[in-house]
Amino acid sequence: MEVTFKVYRFNPEFDDKPHYDEYKLEMGEDSVILDALNKIKWEIDGSLSYRRSCRHGICGSCAIKLNGKNVLACKTPIKEAVEQFGNVLIVEPLSKKKEKVIKDLVIDKKDFWDKNAKVKPYLIAEIDEHPTSENLIPPKLVELLEDADYCIACGCCYYTCETIRGGDTEFLGPQALAKTYRFTADVRDEAKKERLELVNELGIGVWDCVKCQGCIEVCPKGVDPFTKITHLHNQIFEEGVAKKNVATKHAEGFVHSIKKHGILDEGMLVLYSEGVNVVRHLPEAIAMFAKGKIKLPWQMPKSKGLDEIQKLIEISQTHELKD
Amino acid sequence: MKYALYTGCTAKESTPELLKSTLEVAKVLGIEIEILEEASCCGASHLQDFDEFLAYVLNARNICLAEKRGLKLVTLCNTCQLMLENTKRKLDSDEEFREKVNEKLKEVGYEYKGTSKVQHFLYAILEDIGLEEISKHVKKPLNSKVAPFYGCHIIRPSKTHDGDNLNENPYKPDAIESLIKVLLGVPVDYESKIKCCGFHVDLQNTELSENLTANALLDANENGAEMIVTPCPLCHLNLDVKQKAAAKKVNKNLKMPVLHLPQLLGLAFGIDKEKLGLNHHIIPL
Ligand code: SF4
Ligand code: SF4
Ligand code: FES
Repeated sequence: MEVTFKVYRFNPEFDDKPHYDEYKLEMGEDSVILDALNKIKWEIDGSLSYRRSCRHGICGSCAIKLNGKNVLACKTPIKEAVEQFGNVLIVEPLSKKKEKVIKDLVIDKKDFWDKNAKVKPYLIAEIDEHPTSENLIPPKLVELLEDADYCIACGCCYYTCETIRGGDTEFLGPQALAKTYRFTADVRDEAKKERLELVNELGIGVWDCVKCQGCIEVCPKGVDPFTKITHLHNQIFEEGVAKKNVATKHAEGFVHSIKKHGILDEGMLVLYSEGVNVVRHLPEAIAMFAKGKIKLPWQMPKSKGLDEIQKLIEISQTHELKD
Repeated sequence: MKYALYTGCTAKESTPELLKSTLEVAKVLGIEIEILEEASCCGASHLQDFDEFLAYVLNARNICLAEKRGLKLVTLCNTCQLMLENTKRKLDSDEEFREKVNEKLKEVGYEYKGTSKVQHFLYAILEDIGLEEISKHVKKPLNSKVAPFYGCHIIRPSKTHDGDNLNENPYKPDAIESLIKVLLGVPVDYESKIKCCGFHVDLQNTELSENLTANALLDANENGAEMIVTPCPLCHLNLDVKQKAAAKKVNKNLKMPVLHLPQLLGLAFGIDKEKLGLNHHIIPL
């Protein structure tokens, strides 16, 4: 199978700006992207830099961007990639930000590791240092982790995250948040509240996830960080650590609105979430009103199934609203 | 062809033009519409943050409304689509969970069976009507450069949408481009077409939201787009209603019309602009 690889090249020591080198390679039916990179390095151009170690999807070091999608080079069959993207494959580093690229496909992942460290990615518990037997937990309780412990810290999710791309450099990101859940869901961990308080902050924590679903899409281990973030949201409310802020009010506001109308009262929801701060939306609100995009309270439609909806909320809600 | 239409809240409130134009276009395509007036809000990916189980139960009921009618449930909003489809996937694959949800539904006289397909209008018309038939209704070729803006929740996560969105590759989607082409417009290719508009953090992190919106608008503009089209009313709100604020933030002057998908179809079908609700837009076409 003949495939063209367009590979990102940048050596900040000598180059002003990056360029792409093209390699036309004959690859075997079972080859993976990493085989192609090895072939380039070992047979064509020894100066190409990239990271790899285990070759078995375990170490996470070979993560790269392939036609816009973050993948593990060693776990991505070329055949599959060609089916998805055609036979010109573009290989780039996880981040092309100039200050991040060390050389070619190798980037500095300091921001990623710092955030991972910030969430204390280890079990916190008083343990008997001389146990007489194993500390067993039933399979049902292990299932609660929902594979969050499979994370290999490859960074695929972090460098695809739209919150990070949008410039929120403080945001802990999908990997660190999924890691937080890995411990808040672990019955042996004793720092659940502390962990939830950490991620309950606007800016760094769960409330700044823009819900782009990118982390689910790229994670090579099926960790599904976004769903873990949702679970953290739920735990924050369940454990009573939710602070009153625009994001928590927004989430609660949905219940209030659906209870009242069956559907959302969009205007009231913003008012409820923002409080007095709502005035900052005034220019847009006026423009929307002029274009018939705002429903006044007496025009607010109601669902025809309101009774049923109210009953379902009454019997299905799993914890109380604060106000 | 008959659809059970789940309008979502937005098409009944801040984007009335979406519902209007959908009904107009459905008429031309010979689609009969039954609006699910008893439906509840899907939770818009925020209710689940407060109470995930409650969000599942309410959406299971929404799907039951279409099942009862024996119709396909068709959505007009990316986020509604994701919420409903997530619910369907979960209930169809986890029997124990389905029973737990059905226990609640029973109290109001429903049982979730999993018999209805849940599909966004974009993919529903591609599947049921097809490009060839759609092309037959074109009376006024678009003759413009149109930038598709997919929005996150209709393409990701692809494991959720698998099949129902005709196996779209979320990194190289094709559905909207294929429609633009049969409407005789020119699709603009640009990086931001598969990126996020920032809508869901607009209240808690306005700066981030505006950055993402501005990025997308500038990218489309720099690639020669004369207008943007999106299948999501939430993306529409950010790209149209918030365009001025976002552009100001990056010191640019922008006037990029942003159309709902049915409006684009309607224009090419020669439907009157007023009937398509184009007068409701902040940035005029
Ligand atoms: S869903 Fe949230 S955490 Fe995941 S990539 Fe998107 S913004 Fe980041
Ligand atoms: S969650 Fe998945 S994508 Fe993110 S770092 Fe861990 S293994 Fe990689
Ligand atoms: S080389 Fe270890 S994950 Fe690819």
